[in-house]
Amino acid sequence: MSKTDERGVFVDLGHERPQVPAKARNMSPIVPRASIQGRALVAVVAIMTFLASMTTGTVLLVSASAAEWQSDVASEITIQVRPQAGRDVDRDAAAVTEAMRAQSGIVEVKPFSKDESGKLLEPWLGTGLSMDDLPVPRMIIARVQPGTQLDLAALRARVMQVAPSASVDDHRAWIERMRSMTNATVLAGLGILGLVIIATIISVSFATRGAMAANRPIVEVLHFVGAGDRYIANRFLRHFLRLGLEGGVIGGGIAMLVFGFSESIAGWFSGTPVGDQFAALLGTFSLRPSGYVVLAVQAVLIGAITAVASRQTLFATLNDID
Amino acid sequence: MVRFENVGLRYGLGPEILRDLSFQIPAHSFQFLTGPSGAGKTSLLRLLFLSHRPTRGLVNLFGHDVSLLGKDEIADLRKRIGIVLQDFRLLDHMTTYENVALPFRVMGRSESSYRKEVIDLLKWVGLGDRMDALPPILSGGEKQRAAIARAVISRPQLLLADEPTGSVDPTLGRRLLRLFIELNKSGTAVIIATHDIALMDQYEARRFVLHQGRLHVYE
Repeated sequence: MSKTDERGVFVDLGHERPQVPAKARNMSPIVPRASIQGRALVAVVAIMTFLASMTTGTVLLVSASAAEWQSDVASEITIQVRPQAGRDVDRDAAAVTEAMRAQSGIVEVKPFSKDESGKLLEPWLGTGLSMDDLPVPRMIIARVQPGTQLDLAALRARVMQVAPSASVDDHRAWIERMRSMTNATVLAGLGILGLVIIATIISVSFATRGAMAANRPIVEVLHFVGAGDRYIANRFLRHFLRLGLEGGVIGGGIAMLVFGFSESIAGWFSGTPVGDQFAALLGTFSLRPSGYVVLAVQAVLIGAITAVASRQTLFATLNDID
Repeated sequence: MVRFENVGLRYGLGPEILRDLSFQIPAHSFQFLTGPSGAGKTSLLRLLFLSHRPTRGLVNLFGHDVSLLGKDEIADLRKRIGIVLQDFRLLDHMTTYENVALPFRVMGRSESSYRKEVIDLLKWVGLGDRMDALPPILSGGEKQRAAIARAVISRPQLLLADEPTGSVDPTLGRRLLRLFIELNKSGTAVIIATHDIALMDQYEARRFVLHQGRLHVYE
């Protein structure tokens, strides 16, 4: 084999010039990566994604917890029998218990004795008080079979018939307030998400304009060699899509880690009033698997929003340059 | 191939730089464009390259009325035109080879399909050993040759060159003129804007002379 064959295809560049093989070349990117100030944009997108993920995660937690409380509370009816002059409160309570047990759709009836009812008042009245002298009402908790629609008016009439001093509470007002609070939390969360997305779009637009301004000579040359706007925009878009996804993965990933380690974090605050309140309201602050899927989708979505915002700005800027 | 009818151009509210230009450039033709500095040579080239729109008159390019063309159609037409500008406009982050190959890349051709063609042309313009050099380390003459190579590599139907021999010695200037003539013989219409009388004297061709915004054609 000749020397030429060993070295592949050669091109004659003249007598005094070195022989250069016509080898395949790694072509430089048309838009150099270093010309786009990406780090700041990745940081902005990461922070925005983190905030969005924390908001979404918290909304999911509150919604899930509220739904749980609501289903617990909605399946209970509380009857309070107040002492009344001329009537035996214990007898009335027993009559109400019997009436409730006879009611269809009620799966469990639990009457509270005088002592048990008194214990319920301890947080307000303290210990050591003699309940004999106080007109302590009797509580009866009835558990409703899930999915049953009770005629509350009829039930109330029946209870009042056997114990005129009784009141029936199906917690509807409390559930309504809970629902309002949950809805308000979700709306606030959506509002924050909206703001975060708008801030992301604005940041990305500025970054895109900056990158286009820095690369204006490249855009002009590409126009000279017959490149259309779509071709030019795609050269930039790849960078912005990558930067957006990078930021989304970092921000979303950190948020997932925060939720993943929330039990440990909650442990640091256990014993404190704030920690106990959170534990009572939201449990361990840990998300369900579906919550993590939502956060992952959201991170990708923010990356995509970055790319779309960048694309819009690119075409607008290309129109200006032309 | 190119037809101008009563074309005028002004920048903003300023005076008309070009006035009542009417001429035709047939396919396969060769012409020099000359005139004093500030006469509007570069502006006329930019009109021909569709980077300026006339303020009045008709410009017809390759059978298209350019006032009716959209951006995508203009980009497609530009692929049929090669342009060499005075300031070269090479991309500093790309090697000489990559700069010259850029039109093919924009067309979506694979690197292997044009590699030999690009290398042969770089050799022809004397840049065979500067293929992997970046423009910042090229001399003015080398940059000019690279810019010319980029303009002619895709064998455009119309070649516009603004002072293409301004930064090279007379010998290389003659060689570059030969390149333009060869290109013209292979079917490309050529318009060379130049101040260089010696260059124009080397080749018998139509002369467009711009003076005070008006064009005089000498066959």
